[in-house]
Amino acid sequence: MNPLIQVANLSKTFNRHRPDEMRALAGVSLQINQGEGLVLKGTSGSGKTTLLSLLGCMARPTSGSIHLEGRNIAKLPERFLTTIRRRTFGFIFQQFNLIRHLSVLDNVSLPLYPTSMRESEMRARARQTLERLNIGSKERTMVNKLSGGEQQRVAIARALINQPEIIIADEPTAHLDSHLSGELLDILAGLKEQGKTLVIATHDPEVYGHGLVDRIVAMRDGRIAEAG
Amino acid sequence: MIRHLKILEYALSSLCRRKFKNLAIIAVYAFTISTLASILFLTQALKIEAAKVLIEAPALVVQRLAGGRHDLVPTTYGDAIRALPGVGSVKPRVWGYYYDSINKSNYTLLGVEAGQTELELLEGRLPQRPGECAVGAGVAEAQVAGIGDDLLLIDADNMGRAYEITGLFRADSRLWSNDLIVFSTEEIRRFFAIPAGLATDLIVEIYNEREVVTVAKKIKRLFPDSRPITRNEILHTYETVFNWRSGMILTVFAAALAAFCILAWDKATGISGEEKQEIGILKAIGWDTADVLELKFWEGMAISLTSFVVGLLVAYIHVFMLGALALVPVLKGWSVLFPPFALTPYVDLYQIVVLAFLTVFPYVVCTVIPSWKTAITDPESVMRG
Repeated sequence: MNPLIQVANLSKTFNRHRPDEMRALAGVSLQINQGEGLVLKGTSGSGKTTLLSLLGCMARPTSGSIHLEGRNIAKLPERFLTTIRRRTFGFIFQQFNLIRHLSVLDNVSLPLYPTSMRESEMRARARQTLERLNIGSKERTMVNKLSGGEQQRVAIARALINQPEIIIADEPTAHLDSHLSGELLDILAGLKEQGKTLVIATHDPEVYGHGLVDRIVAMRDGRIAEAG
Repeated sequence: MIRHLKILEYALSSLCRRKFKNLAIIAVYAFTISTLASILFLTQALKIEAAKVLIEAPALVVQRLAGGRHDLVPTTYGDAIRALPGVGSVKPRVWGYYYDSINKSNYTLLGVEAGQTELELLEGRLPQRPGECAVGAGVAEAQVAGIGDDLLLIDADNMGRAYEITGLFRADSRLWSNDLIVFSTEEIRRFFAIPAGLATDLIVEIYNEREVVTVAKKIKRLFPDSRPITRNEILHTYETVFNWRSGMILTVFAAALAAFCILAWDKATGISGEEKQEIGILKAIGWDTADVLELKFWEGMAISLTSFVVGLLVAYIHVFMLGALALVPVLKGWSVLFPPFALTPYVDLYQIVVLAFLTVFPYVVCTVIPSWKTAITDPESVMRG
């Protein structure tokens, strides 16, 4: 397998040089291969979400390197990180992070607003993505009127609209019942079959045993406890 | 271009999502702008009215002072003034103010000779005989009278006299002819009990406008009890008075303005948790810092421009259609005793631009700067929920 992401000696400290300084990651090294389904497991505060944030260019490491397709992105300026975020990653958040009082279609289209894509094309692509996730009939509904499972599907549709190579999911099943969790994992498995790379942070045992998972990395106190 | 339009579209839909909050801001903002614009419109319109009046006024008027009090001037002064170099004609003028206690209005009574006035009649003719008069539109409205009707006035002997209205005036500026009642010179002398050989003032025609001040000085030397008044002096007095009055209102209004600024600052700087979360989400899904700032810029522009346009429209209607109900008592001062008159609409583009710069620009800045602070922060906090 080709290494897609290589992380070396990655550290992240919050509130540096202040009394409430907190070291979230301490010298993490990891390799993620193309098309792999990787799960980061661990208790709350183990550093899973921080590692996802750094992998997804949503924060900068205090030290260490992150090579994405051979290029170190750890020190890139913000505008380059934004471009990488937009083109390479699709994010599925624990809290869904949809914009309330905005329709399903608008929420899914959001990543395409600051692009030169025509509005009609943008809407067509958003509809197509919603259809793939069997939620096309709800495109005009306000997201705050949807059930948890439906909101999660909208969040996935939004993550996929830019056709990203890597899907990053933070506790995607945390707010779903077991039936909806199963549906979500099947969707993610489908994406993996299409060649997407999945990086999932979770402490849900149901995820560990799913077929989409190739490797499980256990984290504890900001370090890799078990490489899998 | 498409990208900017889409961000603008998103900004407008974003404002609609918080419509009650934003409508409240627009209402307060528009009220502030309408008050400021009303003061500017009214001051400017009054100055323009005054300037129009003075275009028709003589370049130099000579009055006489007795113990510092305005007194009648002997018409014989005119002979000596006429002999000064550069002076064309000198005409005695007989006129005075008249207070109509029934309608609580001040009128200006003027004596003219038929064929020797530049006043234009809207209809009818100038008075030719004793017992006749012509009136301005304001007088006709106040008296509810027209051509052929009688106008009842109390003369210097405290006797009621009826005058038949023979004509109605028109002028570019209604301020000029609005409160005017014109009689023959013979009739007005009788009305005010002004003896022959005396006049209210003298109008001096001067060939070269640049010589007005020089001629005025010569007249003052010639007749130390005279008071020559140039047209520019009157114009300057009007402007000073109106500027001073508008300045007073603006000073009083400054407190309200300050309150608005605090409100705007509080609204703009106090980004809510929901707005911060939204910015974090947008950044996380691929919006650049510049995209977020553009979004906030459009939001600020939409609110401030809407408020600005609404405020200007309200001010225009208030000043030019409703007669500046709220401001006239302060700005026009004693002239409220005039019969009511409509101001000629006049909008100074320069003032509008300055007003826009002082209101729209700060609001947009107040909106963008705090968002910028949030937008440059890593979107990592969004991951944490």
